[in-house]
Parts: sequence; C-alpha cells; structure tokens
Amino acid sequence: MVENRPVLNFVAHAVLILGAVVIAFPLYVAFVASTLPYEDIVAVPMPLLPGDRLLENYGQVLLHGSTKGSGAAVWRMLFNSMVMALAIPLGKIAISIISAFAIVYFRFPLRNFFFWMIFVTLMLPVEVRIIPTFQVIADLGMLNTYAGLTLPLIASATATFLFRQFFMTVPDELAEAARIDGAGPMRFFWDVVLPLSKTTMAALFVIQFIYGWNQYLWPLLITSEETMYTTVIGISRMIVLGEVTEWHLVMATAMLAMIPPALVVVLMQKWFVKGLVETEK
Amino acid sequence: MEKRVVFRSAWLPYLLVAPQIAITVVFFFWPAVQAFWYSFLLQDAFGLKTQFVGLQNFVTLFHDPHYLQSFKITAVFSLLVAGSGIAISLVLAAMADRVIRGALAYKTLLIWPYAVAPAIAGVLWAFMFAPSIGIVTYALKKMGVDWNWAVNGDQAMLLVVIAAVWNQISYNFLFFLAGLQSIPKSLIEAAAIDGAGPARRFWSIVFPLLSPTTFFLLVINIVFAFFATFGVIDATTQGGPAGATQILVYKVFYDGVKAGDLGGSSAQSVVLMFIVITLTVIQFRFIERRVQY
Repeated sequence: MVENRPVLNFVAHAVLILGAVVIAFPLYVAFVASTLPYEDIVAVPMPLLPGDRLLENYGQVLLHGSTKGSGAAVWRMLFNSMVMALAIPLGKIAISIISAFAIVYFRFPLRNFFFWMIFVTLMLPVEVRIIPTFQVIADLGMLNTYAGLTLPLIASATATFLFRQFFMTVPDELAEAARIDGAGPMRFFWDVVLPLSKTTMAALFVIQFIYGWNQYLWPLLITSEETMYTTVIGISRMIVLGEVTEWHLVMATAMLAMIPPALVVVLMQKWFVKGLVETEK
Repeated sequence: MEKRVVFRSAWLPYLLVAPQIAITVVFFFWPAVQAFWYSFLLQDAFGLKTQFVGLQNFVTLFHDPHYLQSFKITAVFSLLVAGSGIAISLVLAAMADRVIRGALAYKTLLIWPYAVAPAIAGVLWAFMFAPSIGIVTYALKKMGVDWNWAVNGDQAMLLVVIAAVWNQISYNFLFFLAGLQSIPKSLIEAAAIDGAGPARRFWSIVFPLLSPTTFFLLVINIVFAFFATFGVIDATTQGGPAGATQILVYKVFYDGVKAGDLGGSSAQSVVLMFIVITLTVIQFRFIERRVQY
C-alpha cells in the first residue's frame, strides 16, 4: 500500500463484494431451486428462500433421474464423471512424464521429430476434428466405453511441455551423481526425477481433474447409452423443449455436478493457481 | 536448451515416448488427415456414393450466406466475450490487489466459477433468464423490458455472452492479479511521490505494464470463445433462434452430426484448424516477446 486512502479502500471492498455477490447469485438461485417443489418454481416469481424439498429432490435425481426428460440415475453419471476426471489426469501425467523424460534425458534419432509431433497436437483441439475422431472411435469399437471417453483426451502437449520445462531446471549434477553411483536411467527416474516432480504433478492433476470432469462435446458424441452419460451430459438431456423442464431436478443435478470440481478448486487453491499459471506459459 | 548429462540406450527412449506417440497418431493425426480428405469429397443425399470434388466444398462453403453469417456471429461473440470479460476482471483484480483485509476470501469467492463446466454455466443463466419463469426475466418485466431469448436473436446472444463471461472471469482475474502483483512497488511509490493520484498511476504505469498479460488474455479468451463455449451454446440456445448464436464450432457439429453433411462439415473443420493454427502462432510469437520484456 503506497498511501492510505480510506475512500478508495471502501470503494475497493464495495466493488469486490458486489462482484462476489453477482458471481455467486446464479449458484444461490440454483441451490434454492433445487430445494423447491416444481409448482413453486413455475409460480412467477419463484421464492428466493430455500424450500423443504432438499432431500426429496436430490434423492429423486440420484436414484431415478428426471421424470419427463432423461430418466437415467444421476449416481451413475457422477460415477462416470469421476472415472473421466481421474483417468484423464492420471493417464496424462503418466504418459507425459515418461515422454518428457525421454526427450530431455536421452539423445536418439527422431527425437526432434517426436517432440514436434507432440507439439502439433496443441493446434488440433477435439472441436476441430469432431467427425473423423468420432469415426476412429467407432471403427475401434470404443463407442460407449470408458476407453473411448478417456483415451483420446489423455495425449496433451501442455503436460509434456510442463514436465520438460521442469526437468530442464533439475541440476545436471544429480544425473551425474546417479551415473557415477552406477544408477541406470530408470533407477534415476524412480528415485530422483519422480519425487522431485511431485509439485508439478499435483498442479497438473488439479487442472486436469476439472478438465476431465467438465468435458462436454466429447462424451456428447460418443455416448448414446444412458448408463454411460456423464453428469454434464445428463443435465442437458433433462432439459426438454417447452415449459415442462423439471427445473428443480435439473438444478439439483447441476449442484451435484458443480460440487466436486468446486471443492477441488477451493481446497487445493494453491496447486490450482500454480497449475493454471504454469500450464499456460 | 539441452542437458549436458544424458543417458544412453538404444531402445529405452523409444519405449518411453511410445504411449504418447501412439495416442497422438491414432487420435490426432489420423483424424486430422481424414478431415482433410473428407473435405475434398462429396456425398450423395443417401450417403451411398462419394466422389472426389477437389475444392468444391470450400467454394460452396464460402458462397454459403449461412456460413458467412456464422463467421460474423463468431467474430461478434468472441469480441464481446473477450472484451467484457477482460474489462470486468481487470477492475476486480485491481481492487483485489489493493485490499489487504479479506484478500484470500475475495480471491476464493471470485475463482470458483472456473470449476463450473461451460454447459452448466449455460444452464444456470438460461434458468435465471428463462422466458416466462426466470427470476431475472421477472425483474426485467417489472422494469418494462420484454425478454424472450427464444425468439429474440440479440437477447439470445446476450445470454450466451453473459454465461461465457461469467465462466471465464476467474481465469482472467487470476492472471491479472498475478500480473499486478509482479509490478515493482518502487515504480508506484515513485509516481506517488511525484504527486500522481491513483487513477493517473493506474493509466500511466500499471496499465502499460500489464499490456503483455492483457494481450495474452485476449488471445486465450478468443480461443475460449471460439471452442470451449460449445457447451454454453448447446445447453442453451442450440445456435438459435434462427441461427443467431450459431458460432463456427457449433455449425461444424450441427452440419456434421445432425445434418450428416460429411464433406461440408469437414471443410469447415479444415478452416477452423487454420484459425487455431494462426491463433497458436500469434500466442507463441507473443510469448517469445514476453521473455525479452
């Protein structure tokens, strides 16, 4: 603080509080709607205080889904989302850390070629190759499978870059000492590189957990069976055109879909900020 | 940058890169090559015969008024999302940089929307703005505004912009806050001693020093608006009404998956790939400059 200006401090707090309230408002409305009976929501204006249907609404969606839209049980969707949110970061970290290790700690023919191949994937997000990627998955018989949901999303240049960048900062003396002591490359990897990379892995895990949990276009394309829906897909399937959408159930599902990633962001804030700022460098 | 100390093995490095290369080839290169190939093919109405038509699909595409309209919509949408998102988060970050008491609480309250999937962000705002039952719709009606995004294209656009900006604010906020905190306090103090007030200090010192961050966020937000907002649109307006919110990505999906136009959709994919490549190159050239700065 350069100087003390009470008026400006007051304005700063006021703006931040206003911002936080406006940002939180949709969440509050969603929570209130998820505790009301349907009749209260369609009675304009809907009440702005929570009702008494919390347990009924959440129980209904968890076990039976909605009654007018998709009737798939949400507990199953939460499970599918969790599979994606865990398999994608773990798979990404595993394949990226070993390929970055190879690229940094070895000299071999085609090394630059491989590096370039991984780099180019930055430019091919799933959105621009929708139809052909779908066909590859269909040809491989991976529609409606967990492999189809996760495998195409675990290759990523960002994670490989992040590990490569980190390995570059590891002092050469460590590798030298390991070699003098007679340790092979894999021994060095397990005993030195892996323990040193913990922070980077944690940061990457948080970001990729959210990425995996929030996937939309990909599961939308390759899941047609209700048992394979992720929570986010399930929500959009519950919305039916016209005025019959059961908003109380949609909002209960939306709350369930938001809680796990929001908890990860809030509880692991330090890793989250680190991961966010570093993966974009 | 190269390592001085390396290991030697004739086969181990290949084994280590193999999983990533395999996935990259199967799920990235193969589909990308196919997208290029399909973009030169024309399928008959029943999907029985395909013939090679060269650049015909691209010619048709750029003569299609709907496609050109979709380009325009995407440009308006991404500029609105990037512009308002950056402006709002800059204000919030500048205020958060100023306060000492409660800084962590404010930060937590402002970053959680990052955890919300774009599709859910769309659903939350669509519910509040729902044509007859929405709580905001009700408030607007009290103020004499007739709100119905299901028929009014501009209102539908406004809805998806609000949902997208809300979703992206936390990201911008964190980067601006990091940028603000890295500005040396001595610069600000020197200006204060010279008699510059807070507003003058912000525009003459802080804002120019933040310009690398702002430019970086501009590119990231445009990429976000181009691609990641697919969920926002699919869960709310589905490109409607009458194509008013049909951005390029949504059109690729709609034409390819729902309308079954393989060639046309692939040609659109190829155009999108060029856009992504251009944006990525801009971003990387900029990052090189930022290192010097």
